[in-house]
Amino acid sequence: MVRVDGKGSGALIQVRGLNKTYKRGGESIQVLQGLNLDVDKGDFVAFMGPSGSGKTTLLNLMGGLDVPTSGTISVDGDEITHMSASKLTQWRARHVGFIFQMYNLIPVLTAFQNVELPLLLTKLSASDRKKHVETALSVVGLSDRMHHYPRQLSGGQEQRVTIARAIVSDPTFLLCDEPTGDLDRKSATEIMELIEALVAKHGKTVLMVTHDPVVAARAHTTLHLEKGELVEGSAERLAAMAGGHV
Amino acid sequence: MKFTRLIWANLTRKKIRLILTLGSFAVALFLFAFLAVVKDAFGRGADVAGADRLVVINRTSIINPIPLSYRDKILRIPGVKVVTHNNWFGGIYQDEKNFFPQFVIDPENQRQVFPELIVPDDQWANFLKDRQGAIVGEKTAERFHWKIGDRIPIKSTIYGNAAWEFNIDGIYHGKRPQDDETQFWFQWDYFEERVPERAKGNIGWYVLRLNSPDDAVRVAKAIDDQFANSPYETKTQTESAFAAGWVKQFGNIEFLILSIGAVVFFTLLLVTGNTMAISVRERTGELAVLKAIGFGDQMVLFFVLAEAIAISLFGGLLGLGLAMMAVPGLARALNGLLPALVLSKATLALGLGVALLVGLISGLLPGIMAMRMRVINALRRV
Repeated sequence: MVRVDGKGSGALIQVRGLNKTYKRGGESIQVLQGLNLDVDKGDFVAFMGPSGSGKTTLLNLMGGLDVPTSGTISVDGDEITHMSASKLTQWRARHVGFIFQMYNLIPVLTAFQNVELPLLLTKLSASDRKKHVETALSVVGLSDRMHHYPRQLSGGQEQRVTIARAIVSDPTFLLCDEPTGDLDRKSATEIMELIEALVAKHGKTVLMVTHDPVVAARAHTTLHLEKGELVEGSAERLAAMAGGHV
Repeated sequence: MKFTRLIWANLTRKKIRLILTLGSFAVALFLFAFLAVVKDAFGRGADVAGADRLVVINRTSIINPIPLSYRDKILRIPGVKVVTHNNWFGGIYQDEKNFFPQFVIDPENQRQVFPELIVPDDQWANFLKDRQGAIVGEKTAERFHWKIGDRIPIKSTIYGNAAWEFNIDGIYHGKRPQDDETQFWFQWDYFEERVPERAKGNIGWYVLRLNSPDDAVRVAKAIDDQFANSPYETKTQTESAFAAGWVKQFGNIEFLILSIGAVVFFTLLLVTGNTMAISVRERTGELAVLKAIGFGDQMVLFFVLAEAIAISLFGGLLGLGLAMMAVPGLARALNGLLPALVLSKATLALGLGVALLVGLISGLLPGIMAMRMRVINALRRV
């Protein structure tokens, strides 16, 4: 259940009174204004809104990559907004899986080695790491490409590797920033099916930013960012607006 | 270590750049080793000098002689254990290019004053019996393929132009790697017999051993006082001071070499620092991703420093390895002009230490920049 009125309780992710103001030149730009959000475990939420509306800023704040001007974010009971930078880094390693639009794989590492990266921060043995990586790559359907370098993979396959890297350490939730933004429609459909499967079969909580209403329609809930505040939308209405299927 | 693969992959991602950077380190370290070897060779006299040895020369200059008659007077000064004397011969073997130092020695006391230069007893016994006998250092014997029993003609340049004939009766070697093994010794009696009348009874310099190094200042003063206001005033110094003074005649070699070395390493620092900065800038997005997925700031700094240090280590080892192979060739090319060219362990360790330091400093600035980089800003640039 996703709520934006700030009245929910016991949710996996709780955002309260979130403000974010940037200073550009001498001017202050308020991107987020007293934003509230509750996301339960296993929810799949899409954030939409025009460019510059603060979608990515919100994602960065919930992922512990940025700090708010005021307000709080709690994830699974951990209040992250007052953590030190080093604590936040450790927290990210344990709780957040990132999926970027541009994949952001390390080009000199194979798919296996890229997926293994988050596990290098754990105390797992090499053989245990291998098992985890192989499992993650099999979930995304790339068991036969694990020793390929990113340049030897298609865009869709690269994004699958990114998803495998995001899930390999079994994080609390996944943050997807335009995960299909750089893909053709067919690959985009495959990636969305994979993300849906992660939610449906593996119980993952997914927060996704997208410009594409068809992609957003795949989510359980779609929220619009307007004037720095979240407004709930209808996935069905959005799909109808898109006039097709993903 | 589990991060080795990541560091190695980043290190080798631009192979030509890696080779060129390694090459810069290798060339710099090769040059460093060469300069250090030459500097050490110039300072070798001071290094090998016995703490209990004094050198007595003519106060005017070392090329002015001193009477042999001073020997007994010096020997009577309290604290003096043994005295020997030498002359510079300055002869030519076959060609002027075949330079090696030839000394007239006092066979009676030579081995007592220079115990670090070893001559086998049987060879020394033969030498004592042979008026035209000669003892030659191992390196010079190897250089000219001389062996015991060979008869060697050496043309005098100071005492007429005649060729002097010598029999190789023995070959000496040094106890330590830095000992000079290029000298050629022959007997005082043979020298005295053949030099012109004007040169008879004169030696080049005395070398004496003391009962205790603590007596050096007192004994040196006593010798110089004794011969003050005589036609042959003396200047007595410790052997190391004498050797240092000898090197100073060539100018401030040490300053020159240190200056060149400093410039080379500073240039290397700029080159490597620039390379590392470019390398890190190219990977801004990747480093941001590493930080996003949980690699801490210190870890990112460690990756950059590890790369810089690995380059300096491999490049440094390559350069020093090449120098180790080349130094014997340099010694041959110099034809004994500089004695005992040795690439010491201390020089190798210093070279590697300096290389690692340059690597560390060159990686520090880009590493700190990577460490301080804000993830969201870096990801926005991807």
